[in-house]
Amino acid sequence: MSKFEFPPSIGSRPIWGTLEPRTGASHLFIADAHGAEAIIDVATPELMETGHIIFISRGTDYADKLRALAPAQFYEGPSYDASLPRIKRVLSDAKMGLQVYLSGTEGLMGQATNEATSAGVPPAAIQTDHRGSTARRMQCVHCKGFTEDVETDPFVCSHCGLNLFVRDHYSRRLAAYQGVCVDAEDPGNVPAQKGIYE
Amino acid sequence: MSAPQKTKSGPAQIDVTVSAVVPVTEFVTRFEFTRRDGTEFPPFSGGAHTVVAMQDGTRTRLNPYSLMSDPADLSTYAISVRREDDGRGGSVFMHSQVKQGDAMTLTNPVNLFSLDLRAKKHIFFAGGIGITPFLAMIGQLELTNGNWELHYASRTPENAAYADVLLAKFPTKVHVYYSSANERIPLADVLDGQPLGTQAYACGPERLIDGVRDTAIGLGWPDSNVHSEEFLAPAAGAPFEVRLCKSDKTITVGEHESLLEALEREGVDAPFLCRGGACGQCETDVVSGAGELIHCDHWLEEEEHASGKKIMPCVSRFVGELLEIDR
Repeated sequence: MSKFEFPPSIGSRPIWGTLEPRTGASHLFIADAHGAEAIIDVATPELMETGHIIFISRGTDYADKLRALAPAQFYEGPSYDASLPRIKRVLSDAKMGLQVYLSGTEGLMGQATNEATSAGVPPAAIQTDHRGSTARRMQCVHCKGFTEDVETDPFVCSHCGLNLFVRDHYSRRLAAYQGVCVDAEDPGNVPAQKGIYE
Repeated sequence: MSAPQKTKSGPAQIDVTVSAVVPVTEFVTRFEFTRRDGTEFPPFSGGAHTVVAMQDGTRTRLNPYSLMSDPADLSTYAISVRREDDGRGGSVFMHSQVKQGDAMTLTNPVNLFSLDLRAKKHIFFAGGIGITPFLAMIGQLELTNGNWELHYASRTPENAAYADVLLAKFPTKVHVYYSSANERIPLADVLDGQPLGTQAYACGPERLIDGVRDTAIGLGWPDSNVHSEEFLAPAAGAPFEVRLCKSDKTITVGEHESLLEALEREGVDAPFLCRGGACGQCETDVVSGAGELIHCDHWLEEEEHASGKKIMPCVSRFVGELLEIDR
């Protein structure tokens, strides 16, 4: 699967990289869905010797391929939220020299970046690699509710039901893009829905 | 005509009285200061330094020293000065000329070596007189019961300034190593296995700083978690001529003088903060130069050094016909 080229945007929009092997005492990989491909691309026997893979399959069948890399630890979680206690525990036990590799959707990488930085990993030391869906994790600026995996613009807030315009303004704290009411001035006058990158 | 200057460059000055001169070891003396106007000193954070102005005959020496007093006590600033007999003379002046009751001038503190307070733990590596900034940092962290440890290398127990005080107060946090007893800081052992979010700080000889940085990076530490401070004394060198295009002057920088000091001697207002090649404040554009720039700073990037377009007048020199700078 080829990588999606995000169009140029404003400064607050995150820029994702490409995973590369680094020297370190241990290696933590957190990925969802097609993010598994980035792990497969970067994996070496040395990394996997002290590697811990936390994988959220989201209906993909990469789990066996990841297991075949023979990491020291492998965990498959049903969702990011279900995997979060494990991610927090791994980070709280971790020592300096831990390398963090995040891959998959923007929502996963953003949220896992927050966990790693609050555990003491500087943001610049966290590697990311976007793979798979370009859907966004959105926060409604009106009700503050999050809507995951938004693919269209505008979309309907899953909490308050407003029609929201998908913006590129991104909050690192919330790991979400901002959704703003699109028909506030003229309720019901909602532009036709299209894909975010169409 | 020189360009009009709104304010004089460099940090604001504080008039002080030397309130105590306390010998600490054979080579190290502590100088304590109180403000002449009787008010409190500006607050500072651990790792900050002040530039001490010394009136040595007609010559004004300006040397940076780390503040080592407790940041919670603003009635006093204290520095500890190691006498460098082969140095440029500032430390020898402090040791031989400065007496209790003398009037001196300090600059407002500037911190280029501050604690990263997001850290889960702080590890300090000190070599010799490099202990001074850590004394203030420890004072600051102790106020909030901070998580820290100190590894301090010294030649002998007699030379280890403040080691006795530190060991008595913090016996479980302070580790001292004497090279006379063939002891070295076991860098790899200390740095390995530290909790995620640890920050390391090194101050002392270049060998110690490089050792800490290289060992940490080799263990997979992010570069941003290793902090260091090394004040460079301006190197001596052959005199050279400098054309100052804004001031419309040509000056000669003496053998034992820095370009910054020569600018100040000529009454040219030049910005500075650290005077040790670290802060970047004095960065100056080179207009032309038939010769070679001798870069000694930690500030400019390698490409900038190679470009020949920038110079840090506090520590760097020039060899050649004539240097022309934008000052």
